[in-house]
Amino acid sequence: MITRQRLTLSYMAFILHRLSGIGLVCFLPFHFLTLGLGLEGEAALDHMLAYTEQPLIKAGELILVILFSLHLLLGIRVLIIEWMPWPDRADGHYYGGLRAGWIFGGVAIALILGWIFIDGVMT
Amino acid sequence: MLEVRLYVLQRLTAAIMAPMVIVHLATILYATRAELTAASILARVQSSPWLVVFYTAFVVMVAIHAPLGLRKILIEWGRLRMSAANMISLVLFVVFLGMGLRGVWALTGGAG
Repeated sequence: MITRQRLTLSYMAFILHRLSGIGLVCFLPFHFLTLGLGLEGEAALDHMLAYTEQPLIKAGELILVILFSLHLLLGIRVLIIEWMPWPDRADGHYYGGLRAGWIFGGVAIALILGWIFIDGVMT
Repeated sequence: MLEVRLYVLQRLTAAIMAPMVIVHLATILYATRAELTAASILARVQSSPWLVVFYTAFVVMVAIHAPLGLRKILIEWGRLRMSAANMISLVLFVVFLGMGLRGVWALTGGAG
């Protein structure tokens, strides 16, 4: 059954997926430019690595890890909904299009991965 | 028809990239716990020719996937005309592909 609550949750997943995608697209050119520093030699790369040790940059990287994980997991949900067969439920209710577990699980896993990242940075 | 093809391309690149993203994320989390220097990064990336294939394929996929996602957003949220959104995503595809392949080359073949 489609309820307002289910639509809100589904819309929230849609928005999170889109916004995380926008964030990743904005970061992509900077990521590629950084990798390109390898052309200037190891020293240029090391200089950039030292620059990224700043707390503010690390905070940015943490957000990126969370956005990256979120975009992956919410994207897999879209692929499952669109490409996998819809499950038949004995009670005849409509459950196929939400995958609420994926939404909550995706957000939780993304935050956990963010925590693992920051834990690795701190140690 | 173009819309259907682009939709399939978007989903196809997503499906191909999903395991790649998992590998990339695992590498990121591993790297924070390992020595993170230019020398260690270059040594890791150059340790196997398969990694060059992996990162090249990753760049090609993301160069297709990201502009296509942005194209949808520009049309639906930015109210851009489809022709304008097509042009922007095409330009972004070329830019991302060029920059990404340059980055892979920098870490594999061209590192100085």
